[in-house]
Amino acid sequence: MRSLILKEIDELIYGSLGIIIFISFFIGGVVTIQTALNLNSPLIPKSLIGFATRQSVILEFAPTFTSIIMAGKVGSYITSSIGTMKVTEQIDALEVMGVNSVNYLVFPKIIAMLAYPFAVAIAMYVGILGGWIAGAFGGYAPSGEFIKGLQLDFIPFHITYSFIKTVVFAFVIATIPSFHGLYMKGGALEVGKASTTAFVWTSVVIIILNYILTQLMLG
Amino acid sequence: MIEVENIHKSFGDTHVLKGISTVFEDGKTNLIIGQSGSGKTVFLKCLLGLFEPEEGQICYNGQFYSELSRSERRDLRQEMGMVFQGSALFDSMTVEGNVMFPLGMFTNQSKAEMQDRVDFVLERVNLIDAHKKFPSEISGGMQKRVAIARAIVMNPKYLFCDEPNSGLDPKTAILIDNLIQEITKEYNITTVINTHDMNSVMEIGEKIIFLKDGIKAWEGTNKEIFKTDNEAVTNFVYSSELFKKVRQMYIEERN
Repeated sequence: MRSLILKEIDELIYGSLGIIIFISFFIGGVVTIQTALNLNSPLIPKSLIGFATRQSVILEFAPTFTSIIMAGKVGSYITSSIGTMKVTEQIDALEVMGVNSVNYLVFPKIIAMLAYPFAVAIAMYVGILGGWIAGAFGGYAPSGEFIKGLQLDFIPFHITYSFIKTVVFAFVIATIPSFHGLYMKGGALEVGKASTTAFVWTSVVIIILNYILTQLMLG
Repeated sequence: MIEVENIHKSFGDTHVLKGISTVFEDGKTNLIIGQSGSGKTVFLKCLLGLFEPEEGQICYNGQFYSELSRSERRDLRQEMGMVFQGSALFDSMTVEGNVMFPLGMFTNQSKAEMQDRVDFVLERVNLIDAHKKFPSEISGGMQKRVAIARAIVMNPKYLFCDEPNSGLDPKTAILIDNLIQEITKEYNITTVINTHDMNSVMEIGEKIIFLKDGIKAWEGTNKEIFKTDNEAVTNFVYSSELFKKVRQMYIEERN
């Protein structure tokens, strides 16, 4: 089981770090630019650009936006891999051998996704880094002002809130696509359809849970 | 030995198995034949424990499946080997990984012991140089052999095969048939094969069950199938011109 979990961490988390870093970096940069372009008044300090970037990245972009990306990348991988096993009777083969297919295929994915907050932590760091680079080198916010804004009114509970959301989303990303893969019917074409359906439902559930958790923890 | 008593299985309003009773003896190759939709696969899945019949009993060497606890059922399943129609090999694992899988899951053998066992069974199915290859890198016939190797690696008491010859050329099909029969005799396994292949029926059918619309319409051996007057069986088995001529020659020879 340990080797299965490590394999899943490698495939689901480590294999997604590239796209997470890439997207986070540029999203962080875009948030900084958009914020800077909308703060025209000379009365508003430039440090607010850093503050807004930090809040946006930590509260929403890193946990929620990254989870939607993961629902597409990891979720469709989970559905298609389990669905293909279903279509090609590999799941029946497991059951005939006396292996509990849900235990063998889904449980390691759920445990592996517990490492997802580490990926989101990286997304937070890289997102803010992207914002700082865009701000400082694009001339939107001086480096010192941006860093001052990053430290402004920092509430540690926001990090806790963000990681609680991440853990919940990780469970959703592992289970909904697995369900769609395990209980799909049909052939190769239906595997594709199941992947799309899984992505849609995972995204919908993430968005709804995001609202509920925000209301519960910050509202 | 597997004893089947009056099993019924339905899906919604469709009554697929309508009271099948039979006995599959140890060390014999038992064949289930019948047209598509006659209930062969459902019957095989009932024997495997993948479907639970609504009525009737299946008894494995004195153990009634319906009376077994969950853990006893799991133990029983470890005594079963299954060769699926499409081989159902784990495509992310090598040939060696596929065959080693049940050993890794259910035994406490050391890596060296497992490797010895894998080498032995792969040699037994005449696969020597394919250990490190993936299923997609080997032919359909080789995949079937790997599936047989995986099915027998745990020394099963029961071997089930769903259309083991489908998609294979006639020569490879005969090799697979002979291999299954040899293994059945060698390890005294109760083997049940679901097939459409009339060559298999003639070659290795020590006991043949003909299903028609979910009912056992005929039961006998490959010798008896030549003599039978059962119209449903003769229409099914001798549907091709070749087999009609073979039967005609047999009858003329007998007269």
